[in-house]
Amino acid sequence: MEKGHIEISNLNLWFGTNHILKNISFTILPRTVTAIMGPSGCGKSTLLRSINRMNDLITDTRITGSILIDGEDIFREKVDVIELRKRVGMVFQKPNPFPKSIFENVAFGIKIHNLASGAEVPRRVKEALQLANLWDEVKHRLGDNAFSLSGGQQQRLCIARCLAVGPEIILLDEPASALDPFSTAKLEELIVQLKKYYTIVIVTHNLQQAARVSDHCAFLMLGELVEFGPTERIFTKPQDKRTEDFLTGKFG
Amino acid sequence: MNRTLPPPENYRRLNKKHFPSNIGFAILAIPLIIFILFIGFMVFYLFKNGINVISWKFLTQPPEKGMTAGGIFPCIIGTLYVTLISLLFSVPVGLFSGIYLAEYAPNNSITQVMRSSIRALAGIPSIVYGLFGVALFIRAFQIGLSVLASGLTLGLMSLPWIITTVEESITAIPNSFREGALALGATKWESIRRNVLPYAFPGILTGVLLAIARTVGETAPILFTGVTYFTRQIPRSPLEKFMALPYHIFVLATQHDQLTKVRPIAFATAVVLLIFVLGFDIIAFFTRMRFAATNKWQV
Amino acid sequence: MRLRKKIDRFAGITFFVNAVLAAGVLFGILLFLFSYGVRAFIPAPGTDPGDPESRPLTILGFLFGTVWNPDAYGKPHYGLIPLFLGSLLTTLIALTISVPLGIAGAIFIAERLTGWVRIGVKMVVELFAGFPSVVIGLFGLVVLAPLIARTFNLSSGLNLFTASIILAVMSLPTIISVSEDALRVVPHSYREAAYALGASPWTTAIKVILPAARSGILAAVMLGFGRAIGETMAVLMVAGNAPIIPRSLFDPVRTITTTLAIELGETAANSIHFFSLFALGFVLFVIALATNLIAESLIRREKRSFTL
Repeated sequence: MEKGHIEISNLNLWFGTNHILKNISFTILPRTVTAIMGPSGCGKSTLLRSINRMNDLITDTRITGSILIDGEDIFREKVDVIELRKRVGMVFQKPNPFPKSIFENVAFGIKIHNLASGAEVPRRVKEALQLANLWDEVKHRLGDNAFSLSGGQQQRLCIARCLAVGPEIILLDEPASALDPFSTAKLEELIVQLKKYYTIVIVTHNLQQAARVSDHCAFLMLGELVEFGPTERIFTKPQDKRTEDFLTGKFG
Repeated sequence: MNRTLPPPENYRRLNKKHFPSNIGFAILAIPLIIFILFIGFMVFYLFKNGINVISWKFLTQPPEKGMTAGGIFPCIIGTLYVTLISLLFSVPVGLFSGIYLAEYAPNNSITQVMRSSIRALAGIPSIVYGLFGVALFIRAFQIGLSVLASGLTLGLMSLPWIITTVEESITAIPNSFREGALALGATKWESIRRNVLPYAFPGILTGVLLAIARTVGETAPILFTGVTYFTRQIPRSPLEKFMALPYHIFVLATQHDQLTKVRPIAFATAVVLLIFVLGFDIIAFFTRMRFAATNKWQV
Repeated sequence: MRLRKKIDRFAGITFFVNAVLAAGVLFGILLFLFSYGVRAFIPAPGTDPGDPESRPLTILGFLFGTVWNPDAYGKPHYGLIPLFLGSLLTTLIALTISVPLGIAGAIFIAERLTGWVRIGVKMVVELFAGFPSVVIGLFGLVVLAPLIARTFNLSSGLNLFTASIILAVMSLPTIISVSEDALRVVPHSYREAAYALGASPWTTAIKVILPAARSGILAAVMLGFGRAIGETMAVLMVAGNAPIIPRSLFDPVRTITTTLAIELGETAANSIHFFSLFALGFVLFVIALATNLIAESLIRREKRSFTL
């Protein structure tokens, strides 16, 4: 099995007694871009955050079902969540670089996981920044504070920071919603490039973005998976009436 | 609605904690635990050594036989008296100043200077206030060593605390309250008096209670402005000297000629003082909690 | 209607006047301390310049004199170095204890405690901050000092060391409270980003949250410093009160604050000694003010650093 294969089976999730995700099942293949879409409040972010177990941070999270990554259930008792998050990286809606220098931001993951030492570290930082299409813009000012970058650059910095750790899967939670159209375009370009090496799952409320960028789409509504399939088919020949209504803008 | 269906029996709960992190945090907790135990031990020790001296007689009789017997009644009265005077000064001035800063002050550098200077006052050592009290009230105003001079000095000391609390409590009131009144034709003062202050009152009260708690225990400001070791009777006018609980403890502990004999009285006085201080602190705490719960507009 | 408007104007003016007065207190204190203190350096009119008792201080003699002995017959000395050292040493030793312990406690409270436990612990810490200093001094005198005397085989436990321990205990609540506030102000998004990168809660707390709160924590240290250096009564009861330059940890010391507390009541009004105490007070005031202003600007800087 190639690395970066995600299989979600009968996943149900509750926050306390609130049933947020209802019996979700679908498979994400390696080196594809899968978009999760749906009206607000349908559970897209919660689903995304289940894949790297960020939901653990919310108290009283309960699940049934499983998520298999490369054949292993990530919810098993013995799973090391920290290792999991090394393999599954996440980029957030609002760019959140650390209040450190550009270099230190990218180097953070490398250092805490001891992935390199000494002269290796700057080399890996450069690699990650190049992969994130940011190197040329910052190479002469790696010591500057990360906040001196523009919003779009900060987001690419967050991606570089994530890539530096060497994940197989990258989760993007509405990564462009805080960005201007120009930065959004650059980001989408980057996503398509990154597809060559990583499995990408992106949550977006922007239908056109989903259409532009993804190979497969999952449509969620009120916690249920309504439809899943190749993007082109979903957009041209949706099989569920609710999907069609959503795509034509009848609601949310 | 499907959303309220609870999970079946065999659900898995997430939120497993990271073990090595827990060890690290546990080590961080050690000094904190030791500190809390230390506080507990101190309180326990003082109570244990002082509680048997305390009796109704102790609280209502003056000291006798050179402080080696009798009670601390004049100290209690003195402390209450001087605290009252300090409040009579600091509450109105503090309230008005706080209202100004919260409602009237323009957003310019003069206001910034005012705020900074008031905040800086909070960090001035109490003995410096004592010095200032001597210079201003005893020498310049010629009030003489008295409850009044000490009360005013203490009032100055509590001023920054009260102003900060008043300003915060008033600023916390949403603008819509004020605007609602103004739109109905109220003057600025009327809108503050009717639509802001009543809601800011619990916060302000909390601040005043905390100020009382701190004032009651202060020694340095009253040391040279009016407190005395012994007066034959409790002060009949604010221009007389007075006895006070913290000073009594100090003298009994360090300057009496029969230190060990009076030590239990020192402990007992300390217990009484602690009960005052902790009492006001805890009442203030519950005032804050209770009114925070009933205010839906408070975050 | 006109009456209402008059009242409104009157109210506004009253508030303004009060605020100006309140803000003016700081300048008032500055003014009085300075003008009284300065009189120690100027010969009073009508005194015999040959009289050693009324010879005014010199600035150098005051600031750098190594002996403080205003009552020495015939040759009074007003050097503040022993007192300043007493203040500085007790405070710095106290901080070397309370700063690491306080920050550790603050990290634990901010990152690990929630709900009622957190509120309870913070309440206990803040309650202790409100303990009257004479009560803590009493405890120090009766329990701590004899303990230290026994442990280190001393004839008396009233010394620099005991005073430092007491100050450490008294500055701890300030450091814990302000540090904890500084840590809680750090945006949650940093924690999320760190966790998403596979950082453990410990690594996140130490390598992300703590550095991000750097300025605020520094402010906590400064405020702890200010609290310790301004403390009078508790130190008075345990420090031994000899105005000498301490040569060992177990020498008795005087601080600026305790000197003021001891000597102000004993001096004749308008004597050089009397005014010299105001000069001392002025020095203390400046130190406390500077510390406070630095701390305030550090707190502002921390808040700003999250919104660049």
